[in-house]
Amino acid sequence: MSAGAAVRLAGLRIAYGESLAAEVDLDIAAGQIVVLLGPSGCGKSTVLRAMAGLLPPIGGTVSVDGAAAAQHCSMVFQEDALLPWRTARRNIEFALKLRGVARRDRRGEAQDLLNLVGLTDFGDHLPGALSGGMRQRVQLARTLAARPRVLLMDEPFGALDAQTRADMQRLLISVWQQRRTTVLFVTHDVDEALLLADRIVLLTPRPARIQRVIEIDSPRAPGARFEPEFARLRYEILAALGEPNEKERQP
Amino acid sequence: MTVSAQPLAAPVAAPETTAPRAQSPTRFTIPRRARRTALTAVPLLALLLAWHLLTTYQVVLWLRFDKIPTPAAVFDAFRTQLGAASYYRDVVSSTRRILVGFGLATVSGVLIGMAVGRSAVVSALVRPLLEVFRPIPAIALVPLAILLFPTGEQGIVFITFFAAFFPVAVSTIHAMHALPRVWEEAAHTLGARRRDILFQIALPGALPGIFSGLSVAMGVAWICVISAEMISGQFGIGYFTWQSYGLLDYPGVIVGMLTIGLLGWFTAWLVELAGRRVNRWLPRAQR
Repeated sequence: MSAGAAVRLAGLRIAYGESLAAEVDLDIAAGQIVVLLGPSGCGKSTVLRAMAGLLPPIGGTVSVDGAAAAQHCSMVFQEDALLPWRTARRNIEFALKLRGVARRDRRGEAQDLLNLVGLTDFGDHLPGALSGGMRQRVQLARTLAARPRVLLMDEPFGALDAQTRADMQRLLISVWQQRRTTVLFVTHDVDEALLLADRIVLLTPRPARIQRVIEIDSPRAPGARFEPEFARLRYEILAALGEPNEKERQP
Repeated sequence: MTVSAQPLAAPVAAPETTAPRAQSPTRFTIPRRARRTALTAVPLLALLLAWHLLTTYQVVLWLRFDKIPTPAAVFDAFRTQLGAASYYRDVVSSTRRILVGFGLATVSGVLIGMAVGRSAVVSALVRPLLEVFRPIPAIALVPLAILLFPTGEQGIVFITFFAAFFPVAVSTIHAMHALPRVWEEAAHTLGARRRDILFQIALPGALPGIFSGLSVAMGVAWICVISAEMISGQFGIGYFTWQSYGLLDYPGVIVGMLTIGLLGWFTAWLVELAGRRVNRWLPRAQR
């Protein structure tokens, strides 16, 4: 449907005032899930914001299939980005309208998206009446309504409890399997990165530079988290991030 | 006296009433509607009673109530007025001035407030003008309005507009600055243009703040329309009140005051009703 595009970050440099926040060179193949992983506050989100056109870079370019990026990238935010005066359905219809979908087609398409994220019967609820996880589902559906070729996700499940977060990760994978958009996912959760990614890009503390790129051999394999390979990678990543972690010291 | 007997009786009665309440908690509950009506009526009736006592006994205790008309006299005057066409003409012309002035202030205040709140250039251009005119009480514009406008009617509407404009504009500017950035960033990545963000996000998101400005503006508009009518009007409830005073028709003055109070209450209720409908999405605490 809205198949993914290849993304190229060429010498992308972003700064806040005088201080450099991020400096990234990266090629992403079409339809991959790439996770940017780094310590909190390292500038991971900054990279996404520059890709979405919310932050002008001081140097370098972002291209999507060779063209300028911003209009092909849509973002799911960690915060509650839904418009609280519009119902779930009308939030999705807003994105459809911005894409230029005719009024009579919006309702049906919005319902399809609600079904896709498992909120078939919640279209008429205001965001205030939905749980945090449901709101993030609506946000995902609304973002998909724009048919982005690249889906940017800025710690989208960061504010959710563990159970809901696991549900949302499964949902994201199933949506991705149907849509095959390119996904750039920012997180500081190593397990989340390992569960979702084709490739994990490890970033250094501020300014964010690429420290290492880890290819996952069989990405999103069911039960992978119980394999010794998973534990090994996890250990490696935590060591590389230099995060003195409780679980890391024990083995 | 019976008045002193009541407080003595109350503690004795208390245990009797609490005992059955514990057994059947519903027995003493008053229907919500009746309760609310009672809560509205009690202070008004108390005021009426105080007024009645003070004026019938012509109390003079530093404040002099001997020339103040009694509720009964005012009631009679009210009934006379309700039968007179001139009274309705006065009510209609004041209400029309309010609606036109307040309506113009709402539209221009919201639009200018949005422009100032959203654009640094407009803010730099318009803010100084706003700040210069804002401290001027609208009533101080009466001479200017008389000189400036061909008819007194237009002058009064202008003064009403001027008074109501600033609360609307200022609350709109503040509401614009208080919008969460993430709403507009999300819309931006979905492909929204400036226009979409302005009218689909900034305006609806700012409505709660705008409505608090509107209720202030409605109050100020009444103050100014009445004052302007007293000074330069030929009709209107403010003119009626002032004219009654000139004719030593003191019950008429009170009728005018009460009419203003009721009209003000009614229009404030209209604004609140509209606000509640528009801002239904707000969590209860912020409504």
